[in-house]
Amino acid sequence: MQIAFYIAAFVAVLSTVMVITRFNVIHALLYLVVSFMAMAVVFFILGAPFAAALEVIVYAGAIVVLIIFVIMMLNQKEEAVDQEKKWLTPSVYIGPAILSVLLLGELIYIIYEGESHTIGQQVVDVKEVGKTLYGPYILAVELSGMLLMAGIVGAYHLGRQKKKVTHRFLKQTED
Amino acid sequence: MNETINPWLIIAGILGGALTIAPGLIWLERRLLALWQDRYGPNRAGPFGVLVVLADTIKLFFKEDWIPPFADKLVFVIAPAIVAITVLMSFVIIPIAPGFIVADFNIGILFFLAMSSMGAYSIILGGWASNNKYALLGSMRGAAQLISYEVFMGLSLMGVVLLTGSFRVEDIVNAQKDMWFVVPQFVGFVTFLIAGIAETHRLPFDIPEAESELIAGFHSEYSGMKFGLFFVGEYLGIMLISSLVTCLFFGGWLGPDFLPPVVWFLIKMFAFIFLFILLRASLPRPRYDQLMEFGWKILLPITLLNLMITAGIILYRSGAELNIIF
Repeated sequence: MQIAFYIAAFVAVLSTVMVITRFNVIHALLYLVVSFMAMAVVFFILGAPFAAALEVIVYAGAIVVLIIFVIMMLNQKEEAVDQEKKWLTPSVYIGPAILSVLLLGELIYIIYEGESHTIGQQVVDVKEVGKTLYGPYILAVELSGMLLMAGIVGAYHLGRQKKKVTHRFLKQTED
Repeated sequence: MNETINPWLIIAGILGGALTIAPGLIWLERRLLALWQDRYGPNRAGPFGVLVVLADTIKLFFKEDWIPPFADKLVFVIAPAIVAITVLMSFVIIPIAPGFIVADFNIGILFFLAMSSMGAYSIILGGWASNNKYALLGSMRGAAQLISYEVFMGLSLMGVVLLTGSFRVEDIVNAQKDMWFVVPQFVGFVTFLIAGIAETHRLPFDIPEAESELIAGFHSEYSGMKFGLFFVGEYLGIMLISSLVTCLFFGGWLGPDFLPPVVWFLIKMFAFIFLFILLRASLPRPRYDQLMEFGWKILLPITLLNLMITAGIILYRSGAELNIIF
């Protein structure tokens, strides 16, 4: 189990680095999918199978598909890749690199200071997740539900069109 | 029947079985379509024309495996593999007989949903990498269709999960000893079947391919064995949806004792495969916007209502006290 964890973690880190460094947007997104799947494996090994499944269904399966869908409609060609190459010079990386090294240092410090857990000690199954979500965290669940509802209503309002029916013989426009 | 079988044997059995039946379905479909359309179909090679599958495979292997110079080569090569891999991975959670299952996950159904949502990538990437207008149109339609039908594919299964109290497919089959779930969950069964046909993009819902308007949609640039993988992937998908319907709504391997459980499973699975082929023979293809409206405006509310009513009845039956404090 330990080896599987380290392999999955390594794949996750490597693919995330590839996401940042690719010039072609679709290739970057594909590495992002790989990164999500590696994260799902990590969750599974750590004993959270429900979180692992949702990571793949929601993030890799739905959100990235929608992003790719939009990028496909924009139909970006070689010009976009050239532009990306012009923008992503090595000097751009300096600022973010310093900041992330700081965060990495903090993370390593926390891992060394905090108490350690062994892998696969307890498995949190779906029932426990449900009980926790609809027990102590019910307010957060309700609030996020309202937020999503607002998003759906907004998207519907923006996307609504008047229905037009045009036919060779039957020229007619409703409302 | 509870002694453990060597897992490698199970893997080999399911993989070999799936990969043998899937090409066989090509022959079965052509013969059945011919039967329903009052003609013969392939009947020359071998007994009843079974060897036509072999001839097709040999032809596919010897065709030029052409990668268009304007395509994105790596993605173009990966796309057909994704569909085969994700569908074959989904077979992992299907119990053919008691104990005859590759991986007995306690998140079984969720694993299937995850894999089917990953399967959408093969259409999207195949169409995008081909760098062809028709392929791109096909894959955009495919992406929209798969995402929308995935939503209530998951929701339609939740009624069954509620009745069983488990995501494990083996538990769900065992919970149907008294009554198949198709009776209490008839709405769930119908919506899951429709969503399943849409997920495998079979004929009434084959908008991403639509050979009469988009040539062949997302796989118009594919030839040789790469096209063959898309083709076999589609038939594997049919098998997967049929066996899932069998397990979740029609009692899986359960049946009277005079036949072994595997045979019951196969009989039920083939009944649904026949239904898939009959649907292809009889239904016209809807227009694209009709398909999306049907999904979002009819099927989604129905599945949500089904879920709510099922949950309400279960709560009422369990006799839980309503302790609402104002």
